[in-house]
Amino acid sequence: MSADLHTLTLAQMHSALQAGDVSSRELVDHSLKRIEATNPDLNAILQVDVEGAQASADAADASRSAGNAGPLTGIPMAHKDIFCTKRLNTTCGSRMLENFAAPYNATVVDRLNEAGMVMVGKANMDEFAMGSSNENSYFGSVGNPWNKEYVPGGSSGGSAAAVAARMVPAATATDTGGSIRQPAAFCGITGIKPTYGRVSRYGMIAFASSLDQGGVVAATAEDCAMMLHAMSGFDERDSTSADVEVPNFAAGLNESIKGLTIGLPEEYFGDGLEAAVGDAVQAGIKELEALGANVKSISLPNQHLCIPAYYVVAPAEASSNLSRFDGVRFGHRCEDPKDLEDLYKRSRGEGFGPEVIRRIMIGTYTLSAGYYDAYYKKAQQIRRLISDDFDKAFESVDVVLGPTTPSPAFKRGAKTDDPVSMYLNDLYTVSANLSGLPGLSMPCGFVNDMPVGMQLVGRAFDESRILAVAHQFQQATDWHQKMPATV
Amino acid sequence: MALTPEEVRSIAHLARVGVDDATLTELATDLTTVLELVEQMNSVDTTGVEPMAHPGAAQLRLRADKVSEENQRESLQAPAPSAEAGYFLVPRVIE
Repeated sequence: MSADLHTLTLAQMHSALQAGDVSSRELVDHSLKRIEATNPDLNAILQVDVEGAQASADAADASRSAGNAGPLTGIPMAHKDIFCTKRLNTTCGSRMLENFAAPYNATVVDRLNEAGMVMVGKANMDEFAMGSSNENSYFGSVGNPWNKEYVPGGSSGGSAAAVAARMVPAATATDTGGSIRQPAAFCGITGIKPTYGRVSRYGMIAFASSLDQGGVVAATAEDCAMMLHAMSGFDERDSTSADVEVPNFAAGLNESIKGLTIGLPEEYFGDGLEAAVGDAVQAGIKELEALGANVKSISLPNQHLCIPAYYVVAPAEASSNLSRFDGVRFGHRCEDPKDLEDLYKRSRGEGFGPEVIRRIMIGTYTLSAGYYDAYYKKAQQIRRLISDDFDKAFESVDVVLGPTTPSPAFKRGAKTDDPVSMYLNDLYTVSANLSGLPGLSMPCGFVNDMPVGMQLVGRAFDESRILAVAHQFQQATDWHQKMPATV
Repeated sequence: MALTPEEVRSIAHLARVGVDDATLTELATDLTTVLELVEQMNSVDTTGVEPMAHPGAAQLRLRADKVSEENQRESLQAPAPSAEAGYFLVPRVIE
């Protein structure tokens, strides 16, 4: 068994631990060995905590012996390096935070620790979560485990690649415009961005506060459900945390999808979608129909305005959030500043990479005197229209389905010179962030040997439904079981 | 609208981001491309549409006005590039 322990899903690891077939220490040591063997090629994991992970694994084994094990006890995982952790540095993929030792844990980190999960390391990401290819990381880009010449997607590219390469069964991730779902699609795994407010943002380094949401990437919907349950719930320390009851997501997975109505937005299947991706998604839809779901064509008439509105709202909020990095309180400080202004400007100019600087500048411009109404207010009005489109759709459908991305993973370097073509990766994903709705991506086929993802969007706080649809799909298909040849 | 390198210089100043002269032109081109993308918003009339700042109808909560955190000055200042006796140190501001 021990040679292929890493191919087990999170749920299977839990069963093996319960049955006494394996110890947490064995699982964690195996995960650490996997990282050592496969990470040099992929650069998915930035830092490993051997000592801390082994100690936590031993503690998990001890609590299991004492009869105190939960569903996640003793299972190895990685945190996206945007979550503050007292152990290991928290870099956010930036030179700005290269040496930042967070003085506290993010709520998500505390909750998963309490659930007994074992952090083995921190995952690579686009700098400050800005990017769709993981090529904006100060610590180097990440290879897609299906073909390392290709990008894993972003910004949670390290988390997705680490799971696809089976270094860990699951990882935390965050999603501001598609940063969980797009890399999950590119890497052939499952990822869920819950409803805005479901998972605490405390200790999760802020990019765009009205859009950012933490979530999970894992091999299956079942694994996502198990981990999301432990991460979710009200947190006093996040002023936008939702005080809404958290259902046991895993318990609802076997809910039948017979009679469920799935809405297919015509705008998701038109211009911009690569034909072969559309074919894979259509085959997935047929599968869901065979399981008893009804499909219905719907319209999200303002879909074409999602990307324009997003690229006002997100940079505006980013320019405000990232003003805290001033070279004074924490983070990078330039050498020998001649005065305070020089300190600010050089510390920020040196600490931030080109995409972060572009977005700060766009945000600063659109919020500057005289431009606010034309840009930020206009974008917020369009955001309302986009959200209303979903409200209207959900009057007649239970979930909305479409491709996660317009095309599969692209080659490294292919889009780095053209920010706007990079932005179009998020064509189908940003609307869920603008509306605050839960979205999930799951594998549904391959194009030229690279995975294709299918996206489900649900009503607010109805993660149970999209997880159940995905689980039922995964009971009937085996796309989620496919692994890269190197695994 | 096309941004000039001079406008980019002033935006960079507002953002307190040091940008060298050589990259001003390149940034002007990049930012102009992004602004052209976002200007597609003007294709729809939004007169009378209530701006949406936040998802859902969530109201921001106020916490009770009572002490909720212990003093953590030392640990919170530990990551500072330069701190002494509880203060953050910066270059002299008043001559």
